[in-house]
Amino acid sequence: MSKDRVLARNLRTSVCGTRILQRTCSTVVTHDVSTSCSNESNALNNSTDDGPQHDIAIVGGGMVGIALAASLASKPLTKHLNVAIIDNNPLLGRRNIIEKGHQPDPRVSTVTPATISFLKDIGAWKYIEQQRHAYFDKMQVWDYTGLGYTRYNANDVHQDVLGCVVENKVLQSSQLSCVQESDLQKTVYPARLNAMDMLPSSSLTGLGEVPSTTDLFMRGRLAKLELSDGNRVYAKLVVGADGSKSRVRELAGIKTTGWNYSQNAIICTVEHTAENYTAWQRFLPNGPIALLPIGDKFSNIVWTMDPKEASDRKLMNEDDFIKAVNDALDSGYGPNPETTSSRDSLSWLTGDATISAKERFETPPKVVKLSSERMMFPLSLRHAKDYVSKRVALVGDSAHTVHPLAGQGVNLGFADACALSKAIAEGIALGTDIGEANLLKRYEAERKPANIAMMAVLDGIQKMYSLDFGPLNALRAAAFHGAHYISPLKKRIISYASGEQSLPLFS
Amino acid sequence: MLASVRVNQLQRLLLSARRLSSSPIIPPSRLLHQRLFSTSDTDASAASFSSSHPKIQTLEGKASNKSRSTSSTTSLNEDELAKFSAIADTWWHSEGPFKPLHQMNPTRLAFIRSTLCRHFSKDPSSAKPFEGLKFIDIGCGGGLLSEPLARMGATVTGVDAVDKNVKIARLHADMDPVTSTIEYLCTTAEKLADEGRKFDAVLSLEVIEHVANPAEFCKSLSALTIPNGATVLSTINRTMRAYASTIVGAEYILRWLPKGTHQWSSFVTPEEMSMILQRASVDVKEIAGFVYNPITGRWLLSDDISVNYIAYGTKRKDLGDI
Repeated sequence: MSKDRVLARNLRTSVCGTRILQRTCSTVVTHDVSTSCSNESNALNNSTDDGPQHDIAIVGGGMVGIALAASLASKPLTKHLNVAIIDNNPLLGRRNIIEKGHQPDPRVSTVTPATISFLKDIGAWKYIEQQRHAYFDKMQVWDYTGLGYTRYNANDVHQDVLGCVVENKVLQSSQLSCVQESDLQKTVYPARLNAMDMLPSSSLTGLGEVPSTTDLFMRGRLAKLELSDGNRVYAKLVVGADGSKSRVRELAGIKTTGWNYSQNAIICTVEHTAENYTAWQRFLPNGPIALLPIGDKFSNIVWTMDPKEASDRKLMNEDDFIKAVNDALDSGYGPNPETTSSRDSLSWLTGDATISAKERFETPPKVVKLSSERMMFPLSLRHAKDYVSKRVALVGDSAHTVHPLAGQGVNLGFADACALSKAIAEGIALGTDIGEANLLKRYEAERKPANIAMMAVLDGIQKMYSLDFGPLNALRAAAFHGAHYISPLKKRIISYASGEQSLPLFS
Repeated sequence: MLASVRVNQLQRLLLSARRLSSSPIIPPSRLLHQRLFSTSDTDASAASFSSSHPKIQTLEGKASNKSRSTSSTTSLNEDELAKFSAIADTWWHSEGPFKPLHQMNPTRLAFIRSTLCRHFSKDPSSAKPFEGLKFIDIGCGGGLLSEPLARMGATVTGVDAVDKNVKIARLHADMDPVTSTIEYLCTTAEKLADEGRKFDAVLSLEVIEHVANPAEFCKSLSALTIPNGATVLSTINRTMRAYASTIVGAEYILRWLPKGTHQWSSFVTPEEMSMILQRASVDVKEIAGFVYNPITGRWLLSDDISVNYIAYGTKRKDLGDI
């Protein structure tokens, strides 16, 4: 009887001390005390209360969540882990075959060379290469005023490509193939996350007994996840890879900062009569329009504008929309830039001229057909105040949501997955409990500064080019010219955009 | 360097009983005092369950398996246990008073893992490279080193001369099935050596600077090591830099530690360490320094052994062992 009193005392201390509990303390105390008491008298009752126990529960089976699972599966120190994947997407449970020559999906990602390297490491790139994808080695950025343009070439930094545009469903199915073919112990739960409970660490007086799953949860060694289908799952570490409206982040009590832009983006797939090998981006009065090659004479359009204009363009008939796109990419809104003689006046700055500095302005290939539905979504920037808390880590959009400008968002997520799986591997090498806060803070210390820097750059670009103001236009054009001709500056920009860690404009 | 001072201060306080137990004469009153902390799970189980309850067998079996000390004069004191429970949480709180130990732990574990993987020809990319090996952690404190070693697959015995530390370590280790197999003993290296126990690897971190007779202590460590086994020690060097940072700096200028926490003359130089171990039949193979980076709050392995260092050696096969 005195033993029960000790248990009850410890339970009250533990339960009332937690800040993230979703139920009233009295309810939990009643429930758990009775559970513990019944454990004393009937061992069978214990098993009905336990759910399966995993090392890691990945909530969200999108590109970044599956990338994390594939990365863990590819490392000797982590491939033995028991991983749960929680997502109500039914495709996760079966082999996801995309037939060749499928109609292109308008949702694409521009992956950097750094991301390509990561995807090769986890074994996914060989699957991507079997599907439609498009490398590009040139990029042209210019302004509707016609006062300046910038061209980039991968050869400027002795690389083969600047990046590769891949459809999101190709990325996801390729990574899923890696996970499915690996030896990773994985369980897919086709459900949503309803609740998540964590208790602070405590030492109950259960000396000499083998702890049950409930005991481990009660001692703060496991997180408990309650799913929408009624299942209960326990894990040492919960990874929130469930997007910008992350349920894991919400349940962990992690706050965000950020703001919405008063702009929407229209994305769609278009077709040309000839193959497109360059990434194009033109800054218009209301925002940029980007044309990204995706292979097979298809390109992806990302067009940013104010919400009303976006709604209008989404609804206009196809021929008018195509004409509007071609105008936006050619001489609509203003003249095309000319290759000027200002190169001579800047020769003292260029040093060894980059290859692209000699390139003339080009107009993008004509769009002849719309090949997908037009999708519209609002732009926003959001950043979690913390990426980790006890037994919780956030990756991808649940930690940071960025403007799709430059197509960098998913690359940040892949870098998160890479860094987190590396931190977990290092922790296992040193005999650490993988849910330990100190271990997870290493992941945050690596990723947060890099993500904040990229977000600041993208936000700055967004603000700089979302205003139509004469003097600012001239300043913007001068910046383009500088970026075009000054070699060190251009090389820094290309290296940074390729995913290397150093900031642009600083040595 | 100040973090290292706190590390060693904590170790020193917790290991003060060792110095007493190592001295040749121990007053009877101290022996009696130490005995007051002993407990018996058998007595506790007898008090809690009827004699026919099947759990009694389980508890007694576990107690026997873990070689826990027994005494018919005392029983499990639940208030004491609750107090130890609170202290255990403090030990293991990475931002609590033992933060310097937590910060140092990954670096010394990295050294131990790499050197012992090479020593035993184990795969360093394995999650449990030390499976099948017996390790002993002399001066285990709350188990900060013993538990990671168990997660790496080793069969671990943790030893501390302070009974409270052993209870704390046992409580925490029992919280995880992977670490609950650790055998924790309240005893000394000398007594275990007298019992003839042998281990593949003997580790003693931040201990030797607190023992009364380092040479005798190292002989005990060597006696516990199987021929061709590994011995690992870490401590503070007796240099002017160590004097400046640990004694003058922390104790007299910044007053972060009470005066007298460290005795500079008790520090052991790497040369003395090698000589002592050589005489104890251990050949030192590798010595690395620990350097604290105050910006990152982390310790790094370094060639600089002028303050904190760790030494790894191999037990020789002597004629006496044949």
